[in-house]
Amino acid sequence: MNNSKWLPYYLIAPSALFMALFFLYPFLQIFAEAFLNSNGEVSLGNFSQVINDFNFMPALKNTLLLTAVVVPVQLVMAIGMALMVSKMNKGRDNILYIWTIPLGISDLAAGIIWLAILEQFGFLNSFLHAVSLIDGPAAWLNYQHPIALFFAVAVAEIWRGTAILLVILVSGLGLIPKEYEEAGKIFGANYWQRLWKITLPLLRPSIQSALILRTLLALEVFAVVMMLGGTDMPVLMSETFNWQFSYRDTGAASAYAVLIMAVSVLITGFYVKVLNVPKEARG
Amino acid sequence: MHKKTLTLALAGLLSCSVAAADTVFFSTQARPLEEAQAMRDKVLKGFDGEVQFLPQEDGPFFARIEAEQKADKGSLALLGALHGDYPPIETALDNVNDLIPTLQAAGVSPGYIKLGKLGGEDQMYVPWMQATYIMAANKKALEHLPEGADVQALTYDQLLQWGQNMQQATGEAKLGFPAGPKGLIHRFLQGYLYPSFTNSVVTEFRSDAAKQMWATFRDIWQVSNPRSTAYNFMQEPLLTGEVWVAFDHTARLKDAFDKQPDDFIAFPAPAGPAGRGYMPVVAGLAIPAKAVDRAESARLIKYLMEPQTQIATLRATSFFPTVKVDFPDDLPKSVQISGTAVAAQANSPDAILSLLPIGLGDKSGLFSKIYQDSFQQIVLRNADIDSILDRQASQLERLMQEAGAPCWSPDLPSTGACPVK
Repeated sequence: MNNSKWLPYYLIAPSALFMALFFLYPFLQIFAEAFLNSNGEVSLGNFSQVINDFNFMPALKNTLLLTAVVVPVQLVMAIGMALMVSKMNKGRDNILYIWTIPLGISDLAAGIIWLAILEQFGFLNSFLHAVSLIDGPAAWLNYQHPIALFFAVAVAEIWRGTAILLVILVSGLGLIPKEYEEAGKIFGANYWQRLWKITLPLLRPSIQSALILRTLLALEVFAVVMMLGGTDMPVLMSETFNWQFSYRDTGAASAYAVLIMAVSVLITGFYVKVLNVPKEARG
Repeated sequence: MHKKTLTLALAGLLSCSVAAADTVFFSTQARPLEEAQAMRDKVLKGFDGEVQFLPQEDGPFFARIEAEQKADKGSLALLGALHGDYPPIETALDNVNDLIPTLQAAGVSPGYIKLGKLGGEDQMYVPWMQATYIMAANKKALEHLPEGADVQALTYDQLLQWGQNMQQATGEAKLGFPAGPKGLIHRFLQGYLYPSFTNSVVTEFRSDAAKQMWATFRDIWQVSNPRSTAYNFMQEPLLTGEVWVAFDHTARLKDAFDKQPDDFIAFPAPAGPAGRGYMPVVAGLAIPAKAVDRAESARLIKYLMEPQTQIATLRATSFFPTVKVDFPDDLPKSVQISGTAVAAQANSPDAILSLLPIGLGDKSGLFSKIYQDSFQQIVLRNADIDSILDRQASQLERLMQEAGAPCWSPDLPSTGACPVK
């Protein structure tokens, strides 16, 4: 009897089963719901219903725009922070802990924190009023100021999500052998040259996974927007929620979910292609 | 060996669930912590049996009921939800026809009993408690009332003028509406604005009177606090002073009246050219078809419909009794304040009773969406009234036909689906 051959599969089985039960099964169910009409026939009716809804284009636009603004800013910040941390000897862990605090906070709580800061009678307005920069509390987070609302959400999302990228990039930096850096120094490359020619290219696999993870999360942005924008700033996920729980139309909500997945797959494919790491170069 | 462990584990699980097999009362109402606690300690304590009161958000509420419907055996004994919550889960309910005599004897109004039939033959729920929507105002706002206006018999034009006066005096928009993600603005449109201007909810959806109505509301919105799209419960902005005059559900104004009874007044909603539209809110009790012990569930319903229990429920939730009761003198401030306005609204000479939608089945959510969408596009995004109403009216027409729902008050009775002109 040779048990050791099957051992890995035994060990993986519980988690695989868990995923199949709580992820794959609902996923297939939603896929089926999206393509069936109320009589159980295959149809694209759910898709035409949600796409023709007046909130679809604003929701799609807001989500993509938010992703396009938030993710690059976070990537640059996270790379900068990771490089700083990697140069530290003392207190490195403490700084990392502090920087990753937002990671431990639920996105709903993050939304509430930023609402407390940015709302009409919040900390920011009180502060500006106290130092006489404004005459009285001004309300910015509403449908009359879509740009201010957008930036409030972007700031909250950047605050909340940069740590995810940071953690991945810090561990990626730790994997790069010191010899490359030293060789670069010996050949007289300055810091920026070493960064562009050595560190970042070697960091590419980490950047790729960090970007994919962060972009997928950005496409699913929900609680922060709900807290700060309410119905004033529709995003794909809040529309999905509304179709399911406010309008009670599971088919349409499933169609939304499938559309979000389609966008996610497209963008992931794009990253995989553009940031392609040749097989030979993989660790 | 494996089988034995599994059996043991299953037995363990089963004994746990048996230990927890109280009568489970699953409810979308009395959700706030204090109300839920009052339901347990004050309302259900007098029942001679163990009741587990489980308030739940709408989403998980429906998900669990649908799941239990598909299971062999259910664990829920009693459901408490709003009239509008029941049509989508109608097939998961047992009828409560056997309780009709009890209701009639207790003095439940025939109109409410009929609502509980959901447009069919069988009684699907028992009208449990009721509320409505009224207006509340900070007393500071009263000095800005337009000349000659009686706050107890306001018109929408006067409300507009009042909002303009307050804005001129304070520089801020002091009117407020609950148009947030969980706000009830759609009920304001369906039960108040539409009936007041058109004496209809469905049929006259795009009539000239309706166009006039949207134009008036757009003007009113100009002097309403722009944070209105974030307000879910108007008691909060009323208490902070962000808003001075607001429309909302009585239960969502309760805190303002209880905490600062001397600062706020309650008054009926305004009237339009057609009259003073108002809408009652009815919550009902229903028994799931898969209930374990139906007799016990019915016994709990009878207990909840007793006058004593109904008064206790009023104290706990601010929802008024549906049965005949003698009100005691020591009711909470919020009940005293809003009670007068509720009565004045229902008894005003120009009152137009607007009922909750009947017979829409699982389309009730989409029905409200049509009104919410019209509001968002016309009022918030300043879209052209005519074209939006035309587009939404065709959706409304299709929805009414798919549901096959005949008209309900204030629309005139129809044969077949309620028409949209």
